[in-house]
Amino acid sequence: MAATRLRELASTIRSKNAGVDHITFDVIFRERANFERVRDSGVLAEAKIPALFNLDPKRITHYCVFEPANAIKFTIRRLKPSGSPGERDVFGSQQYAPLFDVQVP
Amino acid sequence: MPSVKILCPTGHLSFTPLEKGSFLLGCEQKPDFIIADAGSCDMGPRPLGADQHVSLETWQRQDLEIMLLKSRELGVPMIVGSASDTGTDRGVDQFVRLIADIAREHKLAPFKLAAIYAEIPVADLKRRQSAGTVIYGLDGRADADPSVLDRTTRAVAVMNAEPIRAALCAGADVVIAGRSSDCALFAAPLLEAGLSPAVSYYAGKLMECASFCAEPFMGKESILGRIEGEEVYVTAMHPGQRCTPASIASHAMYERTNPYREYVAGGYVDMSQCVYTQVDPKTTRATGATFVADSSIKVKLEGAGLVGHRRLAVVGIRDPQTISLIDKAIDWAKGKLAERFGPVGQGYDVFYHLYGRNAVMEELDPAPDLKPHELGIVVEAIDKDPARAQEICALAARNLFYARLPEVKGTAGTAALMSDEILIGEPGYEWTLNHVIEVKTAMELFRVRHLIVEGGAAKEAA
Repeated sequence: MAATRLRELASTIRSKNAGVDHITFDVIFRERANFERVRDSGVLAEAKIPALFNLDPKRITHYCVFEPANAIKFTIRRLKPSGSPGERDVFGSQQYAPLFDVQVP
Repeated sequence: MPSVKILCPTGHLSFTPLEKGSFLLGCEQKPDFIIADAGSCDMGPRPLGADQHVSLETWQRQDLEIMLLKSRELGVPMIVGSASDTGTDRGVDQFVRLIADIAREHKLAPFKLAAIYAEIPVADLKRRQSAGTVIYGLDGRADADPSVLDRTTRAVAVMNAEPIRAALCAGADVVIAGRSSDCALFAAPLLEAGLSPAVSYYAGKLMECASFCAEPFMGKESILGRIEGEEVYVTAMHPGQRCTPASIASHAMYERTNPYREYVAGGYVDMSQCVYTQVDPKTTRATGATFVADSSIKVKLEGAGLVGHRRLAVVGIRDPQTISLIDKAIDWAKGKLAERFGPVGQGYDVFYHLYGRNAVMEELDPAPDLKPHELGIVVEAIDKDPARAQEICALAARNLFYARLPEVKGTAGTAALMSDEILIGEPGYEWTLNHVIEVKTAMELFRVRHLIVEGGAAKEAA
């Protein structure tokens, strides 16, 4: 199968505060087959996340394949709490864009 | 087997106004309770620290009016939690005043109102800490030492279902609660009806954000929950929305780190075995939650502290050479600040938000260093002293204009000032407390006032 970008397979790609110290990312698939394809490809495996976000792996605090929602979910620690001076995204809602172009075999 | 119907019109009352159409459709289903949460931490620490609401009072009044009139007409209790965005005592008193005003305007018959306060003085926390109470850190935070409390301007405790149950038990027609766990607002009447903690908190978790648990995406629309035994039936009230197993399950994971657990004071709901089934085109049944009780009761604390006064300036850059050397320009400007005020970050701070490069994601942004054709910079300065914040911001912005860079040809200024002025920002706050403390009873940190609303006033009940 030709590689496809994640944005063409997932129905929801979002980021949002999970409490004041974390941002959580959800990638949700309407089609079970798309979910399984991405899950099984490993492109969103926990070990692949740091490179997508220039991220120290230690900042990933939770990673979960959430089968009931056909979803992959991971959570990262903020460098400082949401809304502190210098903050760039108080709701954590615009951090997901790098996921769009992940190539899924 | 008890069966309880709850109508939830909005996930954050009056953050934007609720949509009345689907709410009225929901009221036709004869709910037993009308419940909405009115607060959040999402707006950052300033509303709590400065004790301000971010929702407009016009919208607060409008949402409360829509709920109150129907609640009184149907003769069913209305519960609102985390009053006025922050759930501070100010927020509770403000909502009580609005309820009394609305009651007078519509000449409502007298009714019972319970006001539940959740603010906890920092001095009280200090006393508890001095007496040996540990303020445990959440989400990887260290336990609070005295300096954390010193930095805290204002704090609230997050109530669980018990104070709301006490209010309902005393016959309250309207409950205005301070800071509350969202799911506790829904769990309280369900527990009062004799339902299990598992299904009660689980129903709350599924319903707390109203139409966010339905599809397609819409905010501020009503949903109806019917809770029977260990089953939760959630129905979208908007004609264009439906609750599906996918929409309900994906909401169960929304804005949380662990999609399988919902923590409340005294335990957590285990959602790992939940099953979602479509029962009609607009309704999904959710079952399978269990409750794991903790051996102690720990209540969450939220606290915010003032960091300093903020000043802002907007600067644009069009010269491609300056854009490519922007880091050097900023270093130069920071050097000039350091000459006058000492190193940036010591006693004051300056942030350059580079819109067009990586202002939104900063260190998380993997994008290659694209050369934007222009760059928008918001300069943010913060200092304990407002006059110094003003001066720091002016110098931080204007020194981009004077930056000494190699090979720059535009020697009449290396930046465009949108306007040579310094904007006064709201003071900067930080979240100081995201912690829990152990208490003897779930009521310990909360105060319930029983009032009678009559003739436009809320008076203490006899």
